[in-house]
Formats: sequence, structure tokens, C-alpha cells
Amino acid sequence: MTKPMHHARHICAVLALGAMAQTATADEVTLASGITGNAVENFKLIVAPWEKATGHTATLVPMPSSTTDQFGQYRLWLAAGNADIDLYQTDVIWAPQLADQFVDLSEPAGELMKSHFPSIVESQTVGDKLVALPIYTDAPALYYRTDLLEKHGASVPTTWEELTKTAQMVQDAERAEGNDDLWGFVWQGNAYEGLTCNALEWVKSFGGGQIVEPNGDISINNANAVKALELVSQWPGTISPDGVLAYQEEEARGVWQTGNAVFMRNWPYAYRLGSGDDSAVKGKFGVTTLPTGGGHDTSAATLGGWNIALSKYSENQDAALSLAMYLASPEAQKLRALNSGNLPTVVSLYEDADIAREVPIIPQWKDVFLQAVPRPSAPTKGAYNEVSNKFWSAVHNTLSGDGTAAENLELLELDLTDLKGSGW
Amino acid sequence: MPSSPPSGMSSRHSLSAQRRRAAMWFLAPMLIALFCVAAWPLLRTIYFSFTNTTLTSLYDGKWIGFDNYLSYRKLSSGRVIWRGTLADPAWWNAVWNTVRFSVVSVALETVLGLIVALVLHQNFKGHGWVRAAVLIPWAIPTIVSARMWGWMLNDQFGIINDILLNIGLIETKIAWTANIETAMLAVLAVDVWKTTPFMALLCLAGLQMIPKDIYEAAKVDGVHPIRVFFKVTLPLLRPALMVAVIFRMLDALRIFDLIYVLTPNSKATKTMSVIARENLIDFDKFAYGSAQSTLLFALIAIFVSAYIWLGKVDLSGEHSK
Repeated sequence: MTKPMHHARHICAVLALGAMAQTATADEVTLASGITGNAVENFKLIVAPWEKATGHTATLVPMPSSTTDQFGQYRLWLAAGNADIDLYQTDVIWAPQLADQFVDLSEPAGELMKSHFPSIVESQTVGDKLVALPIYTDAPALYYRTDLLEKHGASVPTTWEELTKTAQMVQDAERAEGNDDLWGFVWQGNAYEGLTCNALEWVKSFGGGQIVEPNGDISINNANAVKALELVSQWPGTISPDGVLAYQEEEARGVWQTGNAVFMRNWPYAYRLGSGDDSAVKGKFGVTTLPTGGGHDTSAATLGGWNIALSKYSENQDAALSLAMYLASPEAQKLRALNSGNLPTVVSLYEDADIAREVPIIPQWKDVFLQAVPRPSAPTKGAYNEVSNKFWSAVHNTLSGDGTAAENLELLELDLTDLKGSGW
Repeated sequence: MPSSPPSGMSSRHSLSAQRRRAAMWFLAPMLIALFCVAAWPLLRTIYFSFTNTTLTSLYDGKWIGFDNYLSYRKLSSGRVIWRGTLADPAWWNAVWNTVRFSVVSVALETVLGLIVALVLHQNFKGHGWVRAAVLIPWAIPTIVSARMWGWMLNDQFGIINDILLNIGLIETKIAWTANIETAMLAVLAVDVWKTTPFMALLCLAGLQMIPKDIYEAAKVDGVHPIRVFFKVTLPLLRPALMVAVIFRMLDALRIFDLIYVLTPNSKATKTMSVIARENLIDFDKFAYGSAQSTLLFALIAIFVSAYIWLGKVDLSGEHSK
């Protein structure tokens, strides 16, 4: 990474050439990746077999957990042609925006991709180019406290309205008993990409469409979407702390894992961490699909997921490609599933006996995964970040009481129409 | 060595020319460095703001004139649509946030800094240590202090809420950084905490320049201390204070890190720098963001010129000689 090392690498290569040695040089492959929970330790565990087999080393460059922050940094590095980073862990929504900066992997990884979910591979394909290899997928679910629901005779809610009532009831009852810090529901309300995910789920599960439809039509300004946001805007200060409007995943997990929430909306990584020995909710919680609302019958879970892309500026193309292929392989995905509870993108792993025994949540998560809804990154192309930013700003304004849902969505529609112009 | 010219007049002439040449050589490295790190990026940003450059194609931008600043289109219905930064409500909201933040924070810091400086100016036991200790908030990197305060202001496990609850000042926990009404207050509080020491230090330096005998004369005449402060200390401190305020103002007008880290970047706290960065990088509207950066630069330049002109600030130090 650093200059001297860089030179050392060159010197090594020269020496190897000089000696006409046939052995491959040991390269250092760097991977930039956002960090949540115990991702650093898990990374070392997962790459160990690859390092042993190839003699290369893999170095993790830890990045902030906010995907918005990561994207900004990566875009800057890629625009500058940074050769220090070989591989990038990319969000499922980035492929259309960064396609030009990454190497086409359809040739080397074509065969491997046949074992993955076709829809996920599709999300990483721009034109004919395979921009990144999926390493795990993500779909959020509703976490609930089995002990608290049982204690207060409540059932697991299937609608948002029911969740609001149950959360309020349990919260009131627990507070009456002196449990002052208990909250009904925690989620991600900070003004960032995560709020787009949360809000897309509310809107979609109320039958309000998915902001921009696959054909490019702007659908967000409708009665169901307004109804969804009107319900949600009652939450901060009642069943959710006011501070939820500054929460990202880790803040929500902080409240949940210390035993201070009845419900939480979060990604699968929180399951494994919540079951750890240092967790106050160990063995006291269950997971289910997110609720529906407004009489609509299907729920929605925003499709997340992470992929590995190979920078075209990397000077270690071969070693980097080898690591990317390894990380996307069934072997590495199984290790990752067992260690961090991430959902594999390899179809056969959902039937795997070890995974079913160690992380029973993964086979169950297939139900959540079936209701996954993509963010409108494909139809909006390069403008996705701005669309998402405008959407989360409109929602954040509504939730913090700056304008009503109807007013803000109407303005949002106008903004998006302006942004779209004659086409995305 | 060149032979010395015959007449005294031309000898002095060539000597001063030689000195000027030498000075040029000594100044050249600094001028080149300044050009590379300050002038070039600035000129390039201004150039970008007149093109349609994006971050993915930095070198393929086409000249589009003032469209990033302001442009209009006539629709077939006859309606005229204005576009560009100057017609963007989000930009004006950011300008308003920045100006509000700068004026309030610098005013508070100046008053508090002056008070701290007056205290530190007294001779008491261990005043050297206290002077060093006061500087600690200024020495902590902004990102670190923003994170630190982020945890202290956290609504659920933050110590600020805990203290306020325990002494009975508030009834329920307040989400300081998330709530749009308190987010700006939180930013202001942290900024005041962080930069008051800087103001105090500059004021203290000013105070130490004031001759002691003026105070002695005032004492002999039996002038009340408060009158001494307003009639002697403040007027004599004014030049130093004006310079300190302009330094802080320059800093405050381009605030970015504290707000970016501490608050959720909602409409309530977004400043000019934050919105420019958002367009430059997140939205891939590099040229549009450049236009906003250029406007920010222009705004600061206008403000500084007006301040120096109206306040008759003596930056060159000519008059005090």
C-alpha cells in the first residue's frame, strides 16, 4: 500500500525475473470494505484458507459503516485512479453508477455465477458487463422480544398498525413497572441511504409502489404512500425514541441488544450478534418478515447485499481476481454464513446441513428474501443517489414534523420529475 | 563579482535592484508552492463550474457558460423554468444555515473568549498550566471531538441527558442531534466549546500588548474598573480582536466536518460546504458542486473585503508602527 512496499514489490518481481524463478510472487491484495459488528475478525477467518492456498495476503481497509460515506470515498478514489485498493466491496445499488471503473468479470466468473441466484447476478450486470461478484445478500426483518410479548399476552404483529399498538402497550406496561428505558420499536431514521430502505418498505407494504417503478415512472406521490408516512410519523417520541431520527443500524442495535426495545427492524447481521454471550437479549428474541399496512396483503423487505468488484486501476489484477472469485465461491460464503450469519447468494447453501444446524435463521430467511424489493437503482441509473437523497430528505422532513406527508411527497414528485427531465 | 559602478547614485540603484532580485529568488519557492496548492485548485474549480464535467469523466467536460449558476428554459406552455444553483432552494437554505451558524457562533466565541482571556491575563498561581489546559479542546481534531460529543449527546445513553435528567432540568430525554429544533443548538454548543480557546488565545496576545502604565494612570485617577475596561482595554484591544474575528469568520463560513459527523445532515444543519460536497461526489454533479464551491469562495471573499473595508482592519500592521 505504501510507497516503500510498492517498491519492494517491484524489486521482488525484478529479482524473481532475474533468477528466472517459476514460483509466483506473494502479492498483497487490498480490499476496501465497510465495517459493522465484528466484520474485521470475520474477514481474517474467511480469507485464511485462500491465503494458505495461494501464498498471497489479503488486507482489509476498514471503511465507515454508512454506505453513503463509503460511496463518496470510493468514487473519489476511483476518479483519481487509485492503485492502492485492488478490490472494493460494493453495495447492491452501485453497479450502474460505478460500472466504468471496474473490470468486466463475466469471462472469468461466468461459470461460478451459475450457482448464484439469477436475480442477484442480474443486479450486478450492466449491459453485458458483470460489474461485481455477489458475496452475500441482505434483507431486513422484524426482530421481536419473545419474552416481553409472552409476558404481556401479545402476539407477533403482522401489520404496522398492529405493531404500533403492541409496541405502545408493552412499552406502557413495562414503564409502569419501572423499566424506564424501554422503547417499543427501533429502526434507522437518520438521513442516509438506510432511511430510503426503511421508508421503501413502509411505502411498498402499504401498496404505495417503489418510488420509481421499473419502467421509470415516478410513482411516489400516492394516497397509500401518504398513509404509510402518516402512520410512521407518529412513532418518534411515542413508541420510538426521538433520537431514532439520527439512528443508523448500529445505534438501533445498541438499544436492542442492551434489552431496551420490544421490536427492531434490522439486517441479518444483528441476529448473530444478538445471540452472543454478551447480549442482554440472547435467547429472548425471534425474527419474522416485516409487517404489511393499510390493508395491503404483502410485506416488503429492501434488497440489500454486498459484492466484490475489481478496480481497473489495480496493479495486482491476477491475485485480486483470485481473491474476488474465492470470496464469491460457495466455500467462502459458507464460512461467512457460519461466522457472521450473512445470507449466501449461492442457492445450494440454503439446503446445507451445517448452516441449518449452526445458523437456523438462514433457511428461514428464505421467506424474507422472497418478498425482497429492489431500490430503484436500475431505472434511475446514474441519478440514483440523488433520487435516494431526495426521497430520504422528504421522509426525514416529514418524520421530524417539517411539513405533512402529503405536502412533502408532492414536492418530492416535482423534484424527481425535474431531475428525470426527458428521461433517466 | 561584477565590478562596482563609478557613481554613488547608480551604485545604490544597482544594489537595490540586486536586493530585489535576491528577494525574488527567495520568494520564488513559496510563490510556486502557493500557486500549486492554492491558486491552481481554485482556478480549476472555477473553470469546472462553467463546464458539464462529472467525476467519472473529469477531462471530458464541455463549456456550458453560466448554466450551473443560472439558466432558464421556456416550456411550450409559455411557462419559464429557472435552473441552476442560484435558483435552487436547497442552496439558499444552506446559505442561510451557514450565515446563521457563523454569526451566532463567532459572536458567542468572541464574548466568551474575551472573558476567558481577561481571567487568564491575571497573575495567579499556576496560570501557565491553566493557559495550556484551556487549549485542549482546540487541540483535539474536530472529527474526534464531534464523535465524542455525538456519544455524549446521544439520546439514550448520552451523559448530557443523564446529567440534565438527574438535576431535574428536563423531563424526558432529548434527541439533541436528531431533533431539527435542537440540532443547530448542538452544533453551536460543540463549536463554541471547541473554538473559544482559540479566541481566548488571540485576545490574550492582544491584552499583553497593552502597556501597563495606562492602567496605572487610570488607577491613580480612580477610574472604575468597568469604565477602564470599556474606555481603555476594549479600544486598545480592538485591532487584535478584529483580526481574531475575521479568522474565526473565515473558518465558520466553510464549516463542514463538525456538522457532517455530528448531525444527520438534514435540512436543519446542512451548510454550503456540506451541500457542495454532496453534489461534487455523491450526486456525480461535479460541475454543479464546483459552481457551489465557487459561490462559497466568492461569498467569503466579498465578506472579508467588506469587513476589512468597513471595519478599517489593519492587516498589514502599517498604522501601528
